[in-house]
Amino acid sequence: MMKKKTALIVVLIAVALLIVGCGPKKGGSVSTDGSTSMEKVIGALGEAFMKDNEGTTFTYNPTGSGSGIEAVKTGRCDIGLASRALKEEEKKDGLVETTLALDGIAMIVSPENPVGDLTIEQIADIYTGAITNWKDVGGNDAEIVVIGREAGSGTRDGFESVTGTKDKCTYRQELTSTGDVITTVSSNPDAIGYASLASVKDSVKAVAVGGVAPSEDTVRDGSYKLQRPFVLVTKKDGKLSETAQKFFDFVTSNKANDIISASGVVPVK
Amino acid sequence: MTRKKEKTVQENIRRKRVERIIHGIFLMLGLITVGCVLLITIYLVISGIPAMRTIGLKEFLFGQKWASTAAEPKFGILPFILTSIYGTAGAIVLGVPVGFFAAVYIAKIAKGKIKWLLQSAVGMLAGVPSVVYGLVGMMVLVPGIRKLFKVPDGASLLASIIVLAIMILPSIIKVSVTALESVPPEYEEASLAMGATPIETYFRVSVPSARSGIAAAVVLGVGRAIGEAMAVMMVAGNAPNMPTLFESVRFLTTAVASEMSYSSGLQRQALFSIALVLYFFIMLINAALNFFLKRGNVKQS
Repeated sequence: MMKKKTALIVVLIAVALLIVGCGPKKGGSVSTDGSTSMEKVIGALGEAFMKDNEGTTFTYNPTGSGSGIEAVKTGRCDIGLASRALKEEEKKDGLVETTLALDGIAMIVSPENPVGDLTIEQIADIYTGAITNWKDVGGNDAEIVVIGREAGSGTRDGFESVTGTKDKCTYRQELTSTGDVITTVSSNPDAIGYASLASVKDSVKAVAVGGVAPSEDTVRDGSYKLQRPFVLVTKKDGKLSETAQKFFDFVTSNKANDIISASGVVPVK
Repeated sequence: MTRKKEKTVQENIRRKRVERIIHGIFLMLGLITVGCVLLITIYLVISGIPAMRTIGLKEFLFGQKWASTAAEPKFGILPFILTSIYGTAGAIVLGVPVGFFAAVYIAKIAKGKIKWLLQSAVGMLAGVPSVVYGLVGMMVLVPGIRKLFKVPDGASLLASIIVLAIMILPSIIKVSVTALESVPPEYEEASLAMGATPIETYFRVSVPSARSGIAAAVVLGVGRAIGEAMAVMMVAGNAPNMPTLFESVRFLTTAVASEMSYSSGLQRQALFSIALVLYFFIMLINAALNFFLKRGNVKQS
């Protein structure tokens, strides 16, 4: 009998603790919605923000740039995330963009490949299948092996929208991670692939685009063309909630730069 | 005396109650398994049907073009179905002869240390995670095929077939060995006593007696090959082409796995539909497996 009573008490205490532990949190919340490409950077920023401001909640809804912009306009979220600059008509609708970071996309080939410079047009031709041999762009006489990412990937979306090859690419391989792309390109001297600039390693060679070698500096000053902005979208006349404003200030401050760099994109400041 | 009797009666009641409780617990654990199967089936059917309806069953199953994120999306999975069938068939063609003869050798001919070595090697092969097969395939096999056959890229149906053939070896060998070892020794002794050589005995007596078990082993291999995703994804190239030996291809499994993480809307629903098709294939294979196993039991009794 004694044992049962003890067990009962233990269970009661556990339940009580559980209820207390799950009680409502104090503090406000900030909701973001938009680009899937920004998942990594915004997730890292959100985590850091929640750590610094105990009790606040941060949410991110990966829906895509278009839906994110729409969500801000209709007030379904505090801050919209877009991996492209706003269009004129979107700005006319009373939306403001603040560039959070720049995403540089590096074109990578095997270190054995003699080609070191391609124009955006050449890259587009290679990916759409208009150019199929390396000798047409100053390389060896060998078939080009076109490597890309899977449908829906943010990097693929970024690459295809910057080069204007959306839905027109013919891939030899569609791989599911940046790491796979780099490994595959490094092991095939005739392969070409694209990857986020920050993840490029020594095992592959990043070619210059239009004569400009990719680096944080050339991405930041805009001379490296294969890049896209990550922007925060807010309403011009609408006022952010206190917590949302705090989050906005935090991610656009210098303090956030390290986190932004660590997630593979170039901070603007 | 009566008191003692009462005690035994009470003891019996108590024992029975414990029995009942334990029985209940086991029943519940068993039902969890059944529940999981039911849950998965219902979930797959519910989430797989809508896309088939929207796209059209014929368009979906026999369409030759897959472009899920294009402005005008196309959802034809015939390339995936054919690739899965060709890939599995290829793996069986390569893997079954090797597995079968290895099984005969292990079960009947090998003795002592060699037998131990072979059996542990097969066990190890079964324990290697599929991502490791994929990695080795990606680093060794894919560049190897590229150089050997002078093709621009080695990630192809052939690479997947070779990886799958190696991956199904352990299941084929293990089940076949068990089947061969359970052949009654009297059969073999009789054959040997009639003057047949050992090799004749193994292939004319032991193998035919174990054939339902060996058939089950092959079907198990088919199941494993058609359901493998990770290793194949790393060597197949994953472009949604109609299958040819040296082109990059996409299997049913990899079609689901590679696009799931970023998918949305109809694309996601279509991925569930692919999973439903795959599930249907696996069910067919299971039915075949049960058929072979049951036939084996009837024969032996």
